[in-house]
Amino acid sequence: MVELSLPANSTYSKGKTHKAAEGATNVRNFKVYRYNPDTGDNPTVDTFEVDLDTCGPMVLDGLIQIKNEIDTTLTFRRSCREGVCGSCAFNIDGTNTLACIKAISDIDGDIKVFPLPHMPVIKDLVPDLNVPYAQYRSIEPWLQADTPAPNRERLQSPIERKKLDGLWECILCFCCQTSCPSYWWNGDRYLGPAVLLQAYRWIADSRDEATGKRLDELNDPFRLYRCHTIMNCTNTCPKNLNPGQAIGEIKSALLKRL
Amino acid sequence: MDMRTPLGRVRGLGSTNDGVKHWWMQRLTGMALIPLTLWFVYSAVQMSGASHAEFTAWVGTHGNPVLLILLIIGMFHHGQLGLQVVVEDYIPSESTKMTLLIAIKFAAIIFGTSAVFAVIRLTVGSS
Repeated sequence: MVELSLPANSTYSKGKTHKAAEGATNVRNFKVYRYNPDTGDNPTVDTFEVDLDTCGPMVLDGLIQIKNEIDTTLTFRRSCREGVCGSCAFNIDGTNTLACIKAISDIDGDIKVFPLPHMPVIKDLVPDLNVPYAQYRSIEPWLQADTPAPNRERLQSPIERKKLDGLWECILCFCCQTSCPSYWWNGDRYLGPAVLLQAYRWIADSRDEATGKRLDELNDPFRLYRCHTIMNCTNTCPKNLNPGQAIGEIKSALLKRL
Repeated sequence: MDMRTPLGRVRGLGSTNDGVKHWWMQRLTGMALIPLTLWFVYSAVQMSGASHAEFTAWVGTHGNPVLLILLIIGMFHHGQLGLQVVVEDYIPSESTKMTLLIAIKFAAIIFGTSAVFAVIRLTVGSS
């Protein structure tokens, strides 16, 4: 039947509070989701008082400050710290975004940092993204052409190249993917906004010769048509891309050959 | 326990190669229902207070029976398509899902056919 009860580890309680050092004047509270698979206990939300005078401006700076100076066991992914790698995607202040380009000053009150929603949590802020990665692999995100490769680059007109703008910039942080209610309910079969945007990136590529095959693979009530244009994806994308529109383009391409 | 690789699970049973038809039919019936519903609501309001005989006469007049039958078919088809999506969205259990999908389809066909039959009977005028 309908699943109304929540899984055992889904409820969290108040955790430890780590006070700021004596004499700190510019303190903000970071409320951070903690889950330790080794103990198997339910998750907690720890409070870290961070002195902003000794910390960089972004939420990621705060998390790094916590890990360096308050609690080294805090676990999260991060790499480039400039919005290019897509590692530090969390649910911050109720919205999925990248911690490295989200300014602390843009948040009112406590800074709540949770893992990306509705994914299995490995530890603290690290979700298991194996399924979305496999979904990305399943759309075969590489150029496919039967025409023998030319001795030079494959040519594309400026107009054809322009069709890839707004698609190639995706960094696969999965903020949109994990913000989508349809993906929450049917993430095992629905490909989700991030993967569909990437699927469209190859459908829109004038150099690719597998467009029909790609559309065949997407023409499915669950893989594509679970999208009900809720548009959380477009609202949350930290790179200001529009997965909702890309999905619309796939639907209209399928309609054209009906 | 599911020991398949994530890619194996994601590929699953493959694409149905069907989905665009359901989606397009939902839009088509939706588009058709806008004028049909406006016409029906307008007519019903015009006839408020009319007797049974007057209403029966209206059903048999000009294109009214055709429009009524189109409204009924469009409405039940659209409703069935929409409810199917709701069930697919929210019911994870395969057996419950299948049972509900069959029930919705049968109900739409039974009620839709009954309604069309009622229009025909009123129009042809047999008792």
